[in-house]
Amino acid sequence: MKSPVTFRLNGSETAVFVDSGANLLDVLRRGCGDLSPKYGCGQGSCGACTVLIGGEPHVSCLVLAETVAGRSVETTGGLSNGPDLHPLQRAFIEGFAAQCGYCTPGMLMSAKALLDRNPSPTRSEVEEAISGNLCRCTGYEPIIDAILEAAKQRGAA
Amino acid sequence: MLEVQTYPTVGEAASAMDDQARFLGGGTLIMNRVNYGDRRFNRIVRTTDASLSEIRVEGDRLEVGAGVTMAAILASRDLDFLSPAARAVGGPAIRNMASVGGNLMAPHPYGDLAVALLALDAVVRMVSGEELSLEDFLARRNGVVRSLLIRRPRGDEFRFRKVSRVKPKGVSVMSMAARLTRSAGRLSGVRVAYGAMASTPVRVRAVESALEGVSLDHAGITAALSAATEGLDPPDDPIASGWYRREVAPVHLRRLLLGEDAR
Repeated sequence: MKSPVTFRLNGSETAVFVDSGANLLDVLRRGCGDLSPKYGCGQGSCGACTVLIGGEPHVSCLVLAETVAGRSVETTGGLSNGPDLHPLQRAFIEGFAAQCGYCTPGMLMSAKALLDRNPSPTRSEVEEAISGNLCRCTGYEPIIDAILEAAKQRGAA
Repeated sequence: MLEVQTYPTVGEAASAMDDQARFLGGGTLIMNRVNYGDRRFNRIVRTTDASLSEIRVEGDRLEVGAGVTMAAILASRDLDFLSPAARAVGGPAIRNMASVGGNLMAPHPYGDLAVALLALDAVVRMVSGEELSLEDFLARRNGVVRSLLIRRPRGDEFRFRKVSRVKPKGVSVMSMAARLTRSAGRLSGVRVAYGAMASTPVRVRAVESALEGVSLDHAGITAALSAATEGLDPPDDPIASGWYRREVAPVHLRRLLLGEDAR
């Protein structure tokens, strides 16, 4: 059985029909066509599907889709403003913080939640913020550096 | 086909439960099962009842709603003594979702918060109104939980430690909690609980009784360390073998009891 759910996706009012028991990740990708959050493990271990709900990070594969009714959902798909990339996206590109890129959307959303709350985090605060996001390529150091660099750039802007 | 039923009150939700239904809290356990095609249930029951997320304080007695998340514990000054255990659960995204009630149901090797609650002698208040010790609840693990009743520990008497190979977020090799109450300078009425050392978090009575009446120092705790895994058969899993858990438990117990820093 399908039921209608309306929520704000990256600032736009969105209405979709969701299958009973569907998770938010599935609805974002197949229902809304936002392919930025990735399916990794389906059990909340990898963080590739991380999105912000009400500004706070959630693993969307474990969110029952209908529970976001009336709420605000942010994904990496909404980070850039047209051709203008978000400071985090620029820092990830310039710092080679993405290799295969599969974990990157989740990393970016965890990092955005951190910087929105704490504009000048310490290195260990960054490590804590991305501790739920697995990366099998970079060894994490370029990602942590990029997040710290983005914080610096945002502070300078 | 999976059916989702949403009720305005937790009472109505609890009445809708049967063995084909699962109660959805934060989703971290149930949606995981849904994603993996678990056919042991065909209904998800949930509630929008906000009272499940309340934290009530009356002096040193606290009532924590089953829907309170790990993140809400970390944000609460009244629950500061639970912070180390709440922070030990998942990463930030999981902590925004995972609930106190869910943690009581978490399969091995999860359930680090429940270990802390066990050492605090928490009482489980069911939606039916029934109250039972957390230990009794863990032995049966059914019914819908309304809240947990906890007495705030005094001073530094409460200790929690999670042992994991990966930091800051890693799955438990084991977790340990103790409430080291004293009378006339000697330990008395101590509680010690372990996680990931049995199929559920457990109280370790052999250690508790070996700590009765002793002083909290190297000499005093010797007998307790010898009894560290008495009566336990720790499970094998991809994180650690049962043999390894048994071998290292006394070391971690010593660090927990004496407040030593792990390297």
